[in-house]
Amino acid sequence: MDKLLFGDNQFFGINHMSEEKARAQAMRFQHTDAIMDVLDVAYDAGIRTFMCTTHDRIAEIAKRVKADPARYDGFQFYPCMPYAHKYANAVTEHGMVGALREFMPKDGLLATALTGTKALATKEVDGIAKVLIDMEMKMFEGTKAPVIFIQNVFTDLLLGMGFTRAFRIFDEHIRANYDAEPAYITMNMPMLLDALENEGIERPIICSNINKIGFRMSGGFDAYLDALKSGRVRAVAMSVYASGAIPADEAIHWISELPGVESLVFGASSAGNIRGTKALVDRYMGAAT
Amino acid sequence: MTKVKTAVVGLGKMGLSHFSMINAHPDVDAVACDGSGFMVDVLSRNISTPIYKDYTDMLAREPLDAVVIATPSRMHAPMVQAALEKNCHVFCEKPFCLDWADSLRLSELATSKGLVAQVGYHYRYVGAFQEMKRLIEAGAIGRITHVLAEAYGPVVMRPKRTTWRTDKAEGGGCLYDYAAHPLNLLNWFFGSPDQVIGSHLGQIFSEGTDDEVFSTLRWNDGPTAQLSVNWSDESHRKMSTKISLIGTNGRIYADRQECQLYLRKPVDSLPDHGAGWTVKYTTELTDDRWFYLRGEEYSGQLDEFINAVKNGEKGARQNSFASATETDQTMAMIIENAETGLSVGEARAAAPQARKKRSWFGR
Repeated sequence: MDKLLFGDNQFFGINHMSEEKARAQAMRFQHTDAIMDVLDVAYDAGIRTFMCTTHDRIAEIAKRVKADPARYDGFQFYPCMPYAHKYANAVTEHGMVGALREFMPKDGLLATALTGTKALATKEVDGIAKVLIDMEMKMFEGTKAPVIFIQNVFTDLLLGMGFTRAFRIFDEHIRANYDAEPAYITMNMPMLLDALENEGIERPIICSNINKIGFRMSGGFDAYLDALKSGRVRAVAMSVYASGAIPADEAIHWISELPGVESLVFGASSAGNIRGTKALVDRYMGAAT
Repeated sequence: MTKVKTAVVGLGKMGLSHFSMINAHPDVDAVACDGSGFMVDVLSRNISTPIYKDYTDMLAREPLDAVVIATPSRMHAPMVQAALEKNCHVFCEKPFCLDWADSLRLSELATSKGLVAQVGYHYRYVGAFQEMKRLIEAGAIGRITHVLAEAYGPVVMRPKRTTWRTDKAEGGGCLYDYAAHPLNLLNWFFGSPDQVIGSHLGQIFSEGTDDEVFSTLRWNDGPTAQLSVNWSDESHRKMSTKISLIGTNGRIYADRQECQLYLRKPVDSLPDHGAGWTVKYTTELTDDRWFYLRGEEYSGQLDEFINAVKNGEKGARQNSFASATETDQTMAMIIENAETGLSVGEARAAAPQARKKRSWFGR
């Protein structure tokens, strides 16, 4: 993995500090050109990986990247699935089973299984999960997507319920069909690491908040540091600046000295912030991206 | 009590999320229950937690300490009652009961049994709204006269009616689903309104229920508030609740992310706040809990419930049945006002000020 990954929250009106700023960003990035301009700045600064939600609008980005292979030769995506609001809205509209049926191929066996009154066989549950994964991955056909994440709301929902077998299904399906590394975003890294190991998934790639002040590091700061030091996890750090609470230089210097952190992911919309973060990562974590 | 044996009932959108958090809680031994064969099938084949299909059966067979009710609103009253009769502590999703007479009765029953009885109004666990409450109680902005309570989001965007959330008889609709939240915050800040006027429950896409709500609420010894709520607003990515207050010494605004205070003059009770703007963010106002799923407030309310039960407390720390009953009553006032067009409740008119005679020169 590259040392520095570019995130996408800023493009979709997600801001953990202010609804006003979130709306201003949503307005600024409503056209794909505006997103592409920022991605170009990042790419030209040497940031080659775009870690992004499987939001409908990412499909447009993937199209543009595919359309210009000379320009975007080294460009790679780390897809993060699913875009949760799509499912939440579908559940509100159709109910749980109805929403699933909406997403299955029409007249397929699985759609039929969901209309039936018979209990779903384990094989069918696995089949439904695989169809959902494939559907999310469609937009990345023909692009480089070497690491594929499950979004934190889904990871953590399954983790809390103890439905950890889903991680196995995901792991096997991604490895077998996408020639990619399965990975996980979570807000509860130490708990997830234990659960993945119990499913036989060793040294997983896990993206979680890792920052000097312990901001949203659920399960406890010390448990995170212990997990990192143990060598059991390949960590991607997010919220490194703790939503702006830690100065950039101090934040990245601190991260660079942690064992187990292979990458950090950040979102920014100004050229100055993008280049500034890249320079800090080069300085403290080594220039090789 | 070593572990709190807790059942999560109803595994829909809220229920699944509650179940995930409850099941991960270190002090809980969880079971769950859902009427849909699909959820029970899928979960019982894949997780170790016992899942029941029948609520009565589960109550009879499991030695439960506590129950979390997340079923469609119409079912709250009978299910809560059955749990209380089994001496279970209860956490019930909002709105509490569709008929506030039930709310009152169940609130009294829970109190008489000394049980922890809480309702899931999670905004009271959002750091920015807790800060707003603290500032109101400190008298930061003087006498508050002017209140605007809003909530917007993209729930019903086309004419379809397929789930209980869009069925009024089941407790669906924008008033119960969305407006309940800002109303509950107003009840927290100012108590029950004395009078409700100018209410409108409007349909945009739904056939069976309301998609937008307006109302004017008056407190005799407090402010006048306007409520503006719409769940057919796609410009918001998800539900957004906001409260603005104007008083004689300034203004407070809060939403899920931040609390902005404008003070005309500093006040003694808030020595660290100068005149002008002070902004605090939920991120700095909130502590981590044992597990994070969708926001600290969701974990926080369940954590407090479980801790209160574990410590043998005799009532809820926040969002008691009695406080949720206030919100059910306020919603009933809005419905009555919207249906009859007549004002509901008595407002004590402010003493009319004798009009001064003014001459052109002697103001």
